Amino acid sequence: MMPDLNALRRLAVDLRRDMLRTIATAGSGHPGGSLSLVEILTGLFWYKLRHDPARPDWPDRDLCLLSKGHGCPALYTVLAWRGYFPKEELATLRRYPTRLQGHPERGSLPGIEMSSGSLGQGLSMANGIALADRLDQRARRIFCVMGDGELQEGQVWEAAMTSHHHRLDRVCGIVDANGLQQNGPVKEIQDIEPLADKWRAFGWHAIEIDGHDIAQVVQAYDEAETVQGKPQVVIARTVKGKGISFMENNHAWHGVAPKPDELARALKELDAQAEALAAHGK
Amino acid sequence: MANKPTRDGFGEGLVELGKSNPNVVALSGDLEDSARAIWFKQQFPDRFFSVGIAEQDLVGTAAGLAMAGKLPFACSFSQFLVGKGLEQMRLAVCYQRLNVKMAGSHGGLSVGADGATAEALEEFAHLRCLPHMTVICPCDALEAKKATIAAAAHPGPVYLRLGRNPVPIITKPEDPFTVGAASQLRAGQDLTFIATGVLVAHALEAAEQLAREGIEARVLNLHTIKPIDQAAILSAARETGAIVTAEEHTILGGLGGAVAEVVVQQHPVPMRMVGVMDRFGTSGDPAELLKAFHLMPEDLVKAAKDLLRAKPHACGSKT
Repeated sequence: MMPDLNALRRLAVDLRRDMLRTIATAGSGHPGGSLSLVEILTGLFWYKLRHDPARPDWPDRDLCLLSKGHGCPALYTVLAWRGYFPKEELATLRRYPTRLQGHPERGSLPGIEMSSGSLGQGLSMANGIALADRLDQRARRIFCVMGDGELQEGQVWEAAMTSHHHRLDRVCGIVDANGLQQNGPVKEIQDIEPLADKWRAFGWHAIEIDGHDIAQVVQAYDEAETVQGKPQVVIARTVKGKGISFMENNHAWHGVAPKPDELARALKELDAQAEALAAHGK
Repeated sequence: MANKPTRDGFGEGLVELGKSNPNVVALSGDLEDSARAIWFKQQFPDRFFSVGIAEQDLVGTAAGLAMAGKLPFACSFSQFLVGKGLEQMRLAVCYQRLNVKMAGSHGGLSVGADGATAEALEEFAHLRCLPHMTVICPCDALEAKKATIAAAAHPGPVYLRLGRNPVPIITKPEDPFTVGAASQLRAGQDLTFIATGVLVAHALEAAEQLAREGIEARVLNLHTIKPIDQAAILSAARETGAIVTAEEHTILGGLGGAVAEVVVQQHPVPMRMVGVMDRFGTSGDPAELLKAFHLMPEDLVKAAKDLLRAKPHACGSKT
C-alpha cells in the first residue's frame, strides 16, 4: 500500500531541521551527505523496512546498513524519530561519552546494525548476512546505503561480483549519488559514470531515480523487491546539501558544521518549506 | 611420526568442526586448496563460499556471516589475507568484535620457492595491535588441529598462522591446548627459549645442544602471541634470568617484541631475539632459507651463549 507521501515529505523537512541542529550542537559532522540521504532513509524506515523499533533485535527484521558512515547524522535522526532511542540523545552526537559516535558503531545504539566510516565495506557485510540467511532460510532483506564517491573503493566492486555470483536477491544496494565528494565533484576527482550501466554489467538490476522524490523512492524499493535471482541497486540521484540553498551542490559543506547564524538561516528555509507543504496539503 | 604441515592440521580441525557444529562455515579467495579448507568444502559444499581473488571482500563477507550468527573461517595465504584484509579485520571484524576466524596458510619463509611476495613475515606485528584480536601460531600439525578447534570455542576474532611445509610433530595427542597459555616443553634454569610456530622445534633442539655443554634451557611454546601468557613469561624471567625469543617473523613487533613488552615493564632481564632481521624473504628451498635467515637451532644456541655472557651472575659459568 502506498504511504501518505505528503506526510513523508513533511517528515523529511522535520528530519532535516533536527539533523542540522544536531550537527550544529556537535560542532562537527557531515551535513552535505546527510541532507542528501533524508528521503532515501525516510522511504526505508517509514515504508519499506520490516522492522520494529520496540524490538531492535528481532531476528527476522530487515536491515539497513549505512556503508557511507559519515551520513550517520541522518541515520541517527531517523532512528530517534522512529522511536529507537530518545530524541534528546541526539544532542550528544560526537561528545564524549556518547552512543552517537562520529561514525556508526554497531550495537552502540538500537538500530545501528553495522560499524562504518572506512568506506567501501558495507556491501561485503550485506553479502555475508545474505549468505547466512540463505542457509538459515530467513527471508529478510538487506539494504546497503553507499555514497557515489564511495564507489571508487575497489572493495565495493569485489562485493558487487560476489552478490551477483551468489545470486543474492535479498541484497538491495542504494547509491546516494549526490555527485560530490570531499574535494569536489565526483566526475572531476575520479569519474564513476555510467553508474547504472556499470551495475548492470556486474549482473545487478539497476533502477535510477530522483532520490528526493519520495514517490519515486518508494516505487523503486517496491520494484527492487520483485526482482528474483539477482541483487538490485537503486541509484538515487540526489543533491548534496539538499534543502538548504547555501549548502546545495557545494562540497565545502561535506564535513563542516553550520555556525549559529548559518543554522538560523537554514532553519528559516526549512520553515518556509514546511509552510509550503502544509499549504499544498490543504 | 611423519612430518606434516600445520595447514593440514587446520584442514582436519575444520572438517571436525564442520561435523560437530552446523554453524561453522568457511570461505576463501581461490586458495582453499592451499589453505586446506578444500577438505571442508568437499564435505560441506553448501557451507563453503568462494568470493574470488578478493581478500578485502573475503574478510568483509566473513564479518557479515558472523553478524548473522555464523561461525566463519576465512582462509587464504597469510600475506594476502592480512596484507589486503587488514582494514577489514580492523573495522568489520575487530571493531565490531565479531566471531570471525581467519586462517592464513603459507606463513613465514616456508613458502620457499615462491619468494618474497608470498612470504608473510609481518602478521604478528600487524595483528597483535588490533583490539580484541587473538593471534595463534601453532608449532605442529597436531597443535594446529587443536588450535583450530579451540579457536572456534574462543569468542571473538582469531587469526591462525599456518605453514605450508611439513614440520616434525613435537607435541603429543594428549597435550592440552589452551588459548593464551604457553606450554612448557622442557625444564631448565639457565635461560628460557620462548618460541612460536616451527621455531619451537628448533628451540628444543638448541636446548639439547646446550644441555650437552651443561647449560639447561627452559623451552616455552608460546603458541598464542596475543593474549600473551604474562605469567609464564614472568616466571621464566624470574627463575632463569635470561630469555631468547624465536620466530619465523620479523624481529620488529612480533613475538620478541611482545615478550619484551612484558619483561621490560615487569621484570627486566637480558634478552635476545631470533627472527628475520627487518628484510623481505626470497626464493629458495625452505630449509635453505631457514639457514640463510639464521633461524636454525645453532643460531639459537649462539644467541643463548651470547646472552649468558650478558646475564648478571650467569648460571653455568664458573665465575
